[in-house]
Amino acid sequence: MEILMAFVIGMLFMSATYLMLSKSLLRIIVGTGLLSHGAHLLILTMGKVKRGAAPLLGEKASSYSDPIPQALILTAIVISFGVTAFFLVLAYRTYQELGTDNTEKLRGTEGND
Amino acid sequence: MINFLILPILVPILTGILLLFLPRHIYLQRWISAISTFGTVMVAASLVQKVYQDGIQTLDVSSWEAPFGITLVSDMLSATLVLTTSIIAFLCILYSCFSIGEARERFYYYPIVQFLVVGVNGAFTTGDIFNLFVFFEVMLMSSYVLLVHGGTKIQLRESIKYILVNVISSALFVITVAYLYSVVGSLNMAHISERISEVEQNGILTVIAILFLIVFGLKGAIFPLYFWLPGSYYAPPTPIMALFGALLTKVGVYSIMRTYSLFFYHDYEYTYGILIFLSLLTIILGVIGAIAYMDLKKIIIYNIIAAIGVILFGFAVMSLDSVAGSVYYIVHDMIIKAALFLIIGIMIKITGTSNLKKMSGLIKRYPGLAWTFFLAAVSLAGIPPLSGFFGKLLIIRGGFTEGFNVGAEIVLFSSLLILFSVMKIFIYGFWGEPRSYPEDEKTPVKSLLIAPVILVIISILMGVGSEAIFPYISLAVETLLNPDIYIDAVLKE
Repeated sequence: MEILMAFVIGMLFMSATYLMLSKSLLRIIVGTGLLSHGAHLLILTMGKVKRGAAPLLGEKASSYSDPIPQALILTAIVISFGVTAFFLVLAYRTYQELGTDNTEKLRGTEGND
Repeated sequence: MINFLILPILVPILTGILLLFLPRHIYLQRWISAISTFGTVMVAASLVQKVYQDGIQTLDVSSWEAPFGITLVSDMLSATLVLTTSIIAFLCILYSCFSIGEARERFYYYPIVQFLVVGVNGAFTTGDIFNLFVFFEVMLMSSYVLLVHGGTKIQLRESIKYILVNVISSALFVITVAYLYSVVGSLNMAHISERISEVEQNGILTVIAILFLIVFGLKGAIFPLYFWLPGSYYAPPTPIMALFGALLTKVGVYSIMRTYSLFFYHDYEYTYGILIFLSLLTIILGVIGAIAYMDLKKIIIYNIIAAIGVILFGFAVMSLDSVAGSVYYIVHDMIIKAALFLIIGIMIKITGTSNLKKMSGLIKRYPGLAWTFFLAAVSLAGIPPLSGFFGKLLIIRGGFTEGFNVGAEIVLFSSLLILFSVMKIFIYGFWGEPRSYPEDEKTPVKSLLIAPVILVIISILMGVGSEAIFPYISLAVETLLNPDIYIDAVLKE
């Protein structure tokens, strides 16, 4: 199971890298979304995907799955939500002010002689 | 009081929350944030004294025992850095009151600065690797907002690049923590260190060491990963630039020092070899940038990069002398970089340009400004009575005694070129025929000059009184060289 997950996560990282190297700003943001998906799945996989009950004491099972990675992912998810929301609004503002979403054109020479 | 070491995090966070309710009352905001940051300085100073007297302070948050809960640890290194951070934040807020402008102050400028201080102080104090990630994000989120605050075109453009780089490095941080967790099964730094020394450092741990170097190198701008810094730090207004230049990269450097001294000291040849190699290239690249530009901001920005190289070289040599040198130098560099940014901010305000070729003769009308800059510049280069000297002296001595002759020579030679780059500002900007500038009369130079003058005085005192602060530094060095002290303090064995 971990091997399959490793391949899937690898594919996610690959697509994220490809998208982040493109010119359009929105593609880059989609890339960051995929990157954080990959990272979150990786935490889950690295905590070992063993069979066990959901980590709720009411289940009264003999073994549970590891609760720590799930807490870490929950934290990482909300953080990346916050950053992505900010990034999207920033991209919107930049499009309004500078009139382009092409990162090649986001250059300037103010003050550099 | 055992909760004492959480106060440098708690005071700014409560102030920040309070200030969120008062966006329209600018005077109130200024007074509250200045008074509370001064309070943070006082708290941090007494924390340093407490660590000096009673040894490493630890706090198990909510009384969960060490490896299971989050532990906050304040050893001498982190306490000193928290104190330095608080002083710089206080003086930058003092400077902001006169310079940032009401339009920005109305839109939550002061609360965001408080949250930045929360992130930095928290990152210096935490003893848990995932909690370090969270404090990094607190710091980075505030820095995103501060960088784009005001929304001019250049700020919008550079924020996009800055955020993208940091989103990638944060994802890489999460990935690295996941790998480390799967190898050692713990998140508490002291516990991780113990587990790693049980298995010795095998191949996978060396890979994780390099991944950490990439993550923290992206935050701290070391050689191949510094590319985002010159553009991003160019965009924001002066006090924000001073906060960034003094604090943000140093958190990355601190994290490299912490993880490498605590986790990855078993395979010295390889991991530290790479660190030395990269730090020397960082010095060289930083110095080349510093002498290449005729632009005030760019010169100081590339000096940040060069100084990071010097600090990491001293740390990576790992002898008693050189680590003491780099602890001393990191404190000195934070203070002097803040001072330099604030001073060039005043110069830019007076002349309306950051191009050196378009200004001259400022010393005739602003002698106080000129001599403050002169002192800051010679302190940066490391002229004996001032603070830059002792750090570099110890680093170079450590380098020569441990046999890293080329490295020590590069550090020596870089000082010369750094001196050249800042003297260039002095000669072009302050000497020559006075010109008249449009903003001449309107700039309140006297009140703006308070903050950099205090910083330069601190730098002089650090240089003159280096004998007095050396016991504190050697206490910090002790924990860096013997991770067992740290582990014993946290796990209470």
